[in-house]
Amino acid sequence: MATPPGGSVRTVTPSPGGPPAASHTPAPPKTAAGRRSRLHRLDRQASPYAYVAPFFLLFAAFGIFPLIYTAWVSLHDWNLLSSDNPFIGLDNYTALFADGYFWNAAFNTLSIGVLSAVPQLLLALVLAHLLNRPLRAQTLFRITLLLPNVTSVVAVVVIFSQLFGRDFGLINMVLDWLGFGRINWQAGVASSHVAIAVMIMWRWAGYNALIYLAAMQAVPKEIYEAATLDGASSFKQLWGITLPMIRPTVIFTVIVTTIGSMQIIAEPLLFGAQVSNGAAATGGTDRQFQTLALYLYEKGFRSFEFGYASAAAWMMFLLVVVVVGFNYLVVRRMRGGLDV
Amino acid sequence: MFRALRGHPLTYLTLVAVAFFSAFPVYWSVIVASHDNAALAEVPPPLLPGGNFFANVQRVFDTAPFALALLNSFVVAGTITVSVMFFSTLAGFAFAKLRFRGRNALLLMTVVTMMVPTQLGIIPLYMLMIKLEWTGTMYAVIVPALVNAFGVFFMTQYLSRALPTELLEAGRIDGCSTARLFWHVVLPAARPAAAVLGMLTFMTAWNDYFWPLVVLTPDNPTVQVALSQLASGYVRDFTLGLTGTAVATLPLVLIFVLLGKQIIGGIMQGAVKG
Repeated sequence: MATPPGGSVRTVTPSPGGPPAASHTPAPPKTAAGRRSRLHRLDRQASPYAYVAPFFLLFAAFGIFPLIYTAWVSLHDWNLLSSDNPFIGLDNYTALFADGYFWNAAFNTLSIGVLSAVPQLLLALVLAHLLNRPLRAQTLFRITLLLPNVTSVVAVVVIFSQLFGRDFGLINMVLDWLGFGRINWQAGVASSHVAIAVMIMWRWAGYNALIYLAAMQAVPKEIYEAATLDGASSFKQLWGITLPMIRPTVIFTVIVTTIGSMQIIAEPLLFGAQVSNGAAATGGTDRQFQTLALYLYEKGFRSFEFGYASAAAWMMFLLVVVVVGFNYLVVRRMRGGLDV
Repeated sequence: MFRALRGHPLTYLTLVAVAFFSAFPVYWSVIVASHDNAALAEVPPPLLPGGNFFANVQRVFDTAPFALALLNSFVVAGTITVSVMFFSTLAGFAFAKLRFRGRNALLLMTVVTMMVPTQLGIIPLYMLMIKLEWTGTMYAVIVPALVNAFGVFFMTQYLSRALPTELLEAGRIDGCSTARLFWHVVLPAARPAAAVLGMLTFMTAWNDYFWPLVVLTPDNPTVQVALSQLASGYVRDFTLGLTGTAVATLPLVLIFVLLGKQIIGGIMQGAVKG
């Protein structure tokens, strides 16, 4: 139907102005067809690579290369402010191991990670369970639940810093009114971790609920009907049927959330900038909420010690691998306990 | 029957409470943005909008280069969105429908790269931007984000399900080159998923904070960077900070409320096989 004008069979028909000899020899059309089929083969073989190339080229240049180059930089005394960057082997790593601030940041990262991820995923599971039944205003609920995720992290922290404010914060006003007194949320280790965890939870619980909901809708309804006939409560159905059935999705969200938690940076950075100027990169006046990523930012982009910060980045990567692996094993083992 | 009915009020109550907590902080930022600072110290605090919003917006634009920041963010997010939609559909078509050596390995690599925390390579990436002399310009924000693994994977999944192979074969028999097939058959078929991917990409790009903060300068920021500067001034001016937040957030919330249904469908679709 859509024949390209170039190499069509029509060339065989002698045109009035063309040399008559050409019309008698079958050679030209054959070559044209041959060229066409060669082009066609080339097209079929090369096109796929050409189509995936932009992604891989860009990813190699701006994703993989920096990641690997980080290892090389971490073996140097590399400072943006000096022109000489001598090779120092593993000195950055040994210094890092002896660095109390690094371990403080590691502790804060794990603490905020656990405080935000565990309640967040449990809440998401319950919300998805509630949404996974015939309901009125289903779409409205889903949209409202996802609204926090559309809000930028900057907006979230600005808003919540005001809500968690010591003097004019709405949360302290309510606590005061209930007789609990005011909490200086930013000052303490535990209180600041809770405040940051609440921001993360608020932003991501609805998103994870939707992902769980998507998986739950693939579970056959007959199983629930049978369980209801057997008298299993809604809660029992969630733990006994739903959770084992959507295990791959649970593992997926646990891994993604873990990776996210290990990289928390914008929340503590902005939370610090909101309450005390100058204490932004240190995560509070006493580093009480400085995460690993924020420590990396402080070393790399405040004091420009690129070598040292790169070593911190690699340690962070190792920690991500260890924690993700640990969580993966835990979630996988959960199967035994959940099977009915 | 009775049991089912009895279960419902509690379900609705829980969901309404959660919906309230989801929406309240955004509502609160608008409330604060429409009052002056003194109103915040009142007990009980104001819960309805006041009349100060436009005066506060004026102050926002006087304090920070917010107009420039909004323009920058539109250019950045717009360019990234169009590019991600195009290149993801292109690569997704190849992965979903074309046969070539190394296809499975490359697809696996794409999925694995979604798991790599790119934040860890941020120092060499910054050094690269210095070498390219892109620091302080929008190139530094746009170019690394022109295509991403999620988009490629998302379009691969969609096209392998939604695009009938017979349609492509018919095109081949008619003598279509791969490029023509892409343009005339694949692109129209990909439109619904590409639209969802576009909305998700626009939102992510608009909300991106950390990399722009690192690589841009305060006088030429994106909207999130300008917002963070506005909110961390030496004077604790909550209304100023929250008015900026409202200005930066409301356009997106509006898009989201209008197109929320499709966006949610896209997120759930992209998640199932994740």
